[in-house]
Amino acid sequence: MSGLAIENLSMRFDLPGGTSVQALQDVSLHLKEGELLSVLGPSGCGKTTLLNILAGFLAPTEGQVVMNGHRVTGPDAERGMVFQQGALFEWMNVRDNVSFGPRMKGMGRAEMAGIVDHLLEVVGLRDFKDKAVYELSGGMQQRVALARCLANDPDVILMDEPLGALDALTREKMQSLVLKLWKETGKTIILITHSVEEALLLGERLLVMAPRPGRIHKEYRLPFADMGVGADLREVKKHPDYAPTREEILNMIWNMEEEIMGRVEAGA
Amino acid sequence: MIPLLIYAAIFVASFLIVSRVVRRAARRDFTALKTVTFGDESAVVSDRWASVISIVTIFVLWGMFTGSALLPGFLHAPGPFEGVATFDYTAQTPDGERDDATVTVLVHPVDQKVEAPEVDPGDGWARNDSATVGMWRSGLIRVDRNDELGRAEGAEVVAVNGEPIAPGGSVGTEFGRVGMSPKGTLNFEPDKGWQMEPIWLPSPEAVVVRMGEIAGEGFRGSTLWEHLGYSLFRVVVGFFFGALLGIPLGYAMGLSNWFRGWFDPIVEFMRPVPPLALIPLVIIWAGIGETGKIILLFLAALWIMAIAARSGVSGVAISKVHAAYSLGASKWQIMRHVIMPNSLPEIFTGARVAMGVCWGTVVAAELVAAEKGAGMMIMVASKFQNTDIVIMGIILIGVIGFGIDMLMRWAERVMVPWKGKV
Ligand SMILES: Nc1ncnc2c1ncn2[C@@H]1O[C@H](COP(=O)(O)OP(=O)(O)OP(=O)(O)O)[C@@H](O)[C@H]1O
Ligand SMILES: [Mg+2]
Repeated sequence: MSGLAIENLSMRFDLPGGTSVQALQDVSLHLKEGELLSVLGPSGCGKTTLLNILAGFLAPTEGQVVMNGHRVTGPDAERGMVFQQGALFEWMNVRDNVSFGPRMKGMGRAEMAGIVDHLLEVVGLRDFKDKAVYELSGGMQQRVALARCLANDPDVILMDEPLGALDALTREKMQSLVLKLWKETGKTIILITHSVEEALLLGERLLVMAPRPGRIHKEYRLPFADMGVGADLREVKKHPDYAPTREEILNMIWNMEEEIMGRVEAGA
Repeated sequence: MIPLLIYAAIFVASFLIVSRVVRRAARRDFTALKTVTFGDESAVVSDRWASVISIVTIFVLWGMFTGSALLPGFLHAPGPFEGVATFDYTAQTPDGERDDATVTVLVHPVDQKVEAPEVDPGDGWARNDSATVGMWRSGLIRVDRNDELGRAEGAEVVAVNGEPIAPGGSVGTEFGRVGMSPKGTLNFEPDKGWQMEPIWLPSPEAVVVRMGEIAGEGFRGSTLWEHLGYSLFRVVVGFFFGALLGIPLGYAMGLSNWFRGWFDPIVEFMRPVPPLALIPLVIIWAGIGETGKIILLFLAALWIMAIAARSGVSGVAISKVHAAYSLGASKWQIMRHVIMPNSLPEIFTGARVAMGVCWGTVVAAELVAAEKGAGMMIMVASKFQNTDIVIMGIILIGVIGFGIDMLMRWAERVMVPWKGKV
């Protein structure tokens, strides 16, 4: 059984003082190999918690994650992670950052150099191989983070708002890059975002989550990601289905936020 | 007081001059375009001119008030009187008979042996006197001793240079102050001027000359370099062992509950104990030899390095550790490739602090008890009032401390180029 199966996941954080937060409740999902899933939801609905469980950094209070037939119990090189920012190693140059995974596995120098050169070519940083990480712009750093993740050849790539800290223009270029990498490598990708547009463009499947308790609210299957591969994303946005879907999701999230606010006010 | 006023005056005057003359031309960088700089810390840069003038001022003031030969004479503060001073006194017998005589005083540097000058006795029953007094000192002058009618005959001194004087009073003269003791003896105190006596503050060149002497001949059986070298050696060895044990201890405290729980009380207790307070105990346990000093410095460095390493570990962004785990790194690899490099900036900061503390502690420990070392040198010198050696020692201790810090900063720049850039 290949792919990633999320089975009845629940996560409860017990807080000091006897209260607890139900961050996730009964979340189930099956991802086939090579699927691209974007996850959207109001702040605090458990997106990061879900990703941390998938990565193996957290054990769920109930349910399990099954990957390629075995249960996930901890972090593993088969599930790569791209963080929002600040997860690169400043004490290594670009090349050493990218080759970190293979190096830890004890791969030979020549083979490693080949991988690094290839990936830096792919993300467009060929000339920055020997640069220090802190000399790169935010967008370049995220490209290094992507390359570092890919160098390890994981089966699943988990991204928690990987483009959240970038400006609009850089972000658009990075979105195209993610689509290109998805098609070229055939990896399963789960991408969390706060931007509805990004979720529409970068999701073959789109998951809208609802808060308190964190759960799956609605799932979409969208054509835009396939259309966007190798194409101008601005053209994709002109598709007749794009704007209505965007409005629908925006309304959905807006209503959830209203509800939270209302509840907070009522409680106060 | 006066040196302070001069200092403040130079501060203000040089500021006005430099800002009028020099600043106009300079400053073509980005800061020059800022309209508000007050409160903008990044717009404040250390003014080169101010630094240079500041250092020069200190040496000039030092020279001024010690009569340094390096300064032209007109810059000297008024010096003490040296040479031949004279004053007249008037003696009176009980039946009102008066006579005048002159006192000649040779005022000489205190380290010279001199003879009182020969003087003509003069006429009348009060005879001329001569005496010697050291510069910055004062001396009793029994002027009636050679008079025909002295104290035994009931005669007493009633005026100096024509001004009346009584027991307990005094009269100012052009060469200094003439006072009268309660018993009626004259006391001459030559003008002290505004300069410092070498025993309080020797001139800069005297310190340099003394440094040359000690560098050549040594002090108390060891050369200058041996004294400084011993101090440095103790610091380096003590710091080395402190870091050797403290860094792994700090890592362990940052990585393991048990280690954290076990050592936290000890470290938190020992950290605020000044190493100087340990000197007596260390002397009791290990004596005043090298072992004791190195143990002391080891203890001084140990806690600082342990705490630095511990906070270096806690400072690792969890996303870096998580990233390394999902890239397939083992615990040891995470230690080696993530935690250790990530804690380097903290460790360097700690090392700089520890080196500073160790250097201060070694000097203090040598002040208390040592056979060699910079602190011992100035302590022994102070007992013999060799102020020039004391000042030389202080300057060398400061220079070495500064050098150590510069060296550490340089090492930090080389080893941790990313510091402050992320
Ligand atoms: N370590 C923790 N301890 C206690 N509560 C936690 C912890 N981590 C998350 N939570 C709670 O779980 C809920 C979900 O948090 P999570 O970080 O997964 O939200 P999110 O959807 O990623 O939010 P955002 O979009 O703001 O990143 C929140 O209510 C949060 O307060
Ligand atoms: Mg989050």
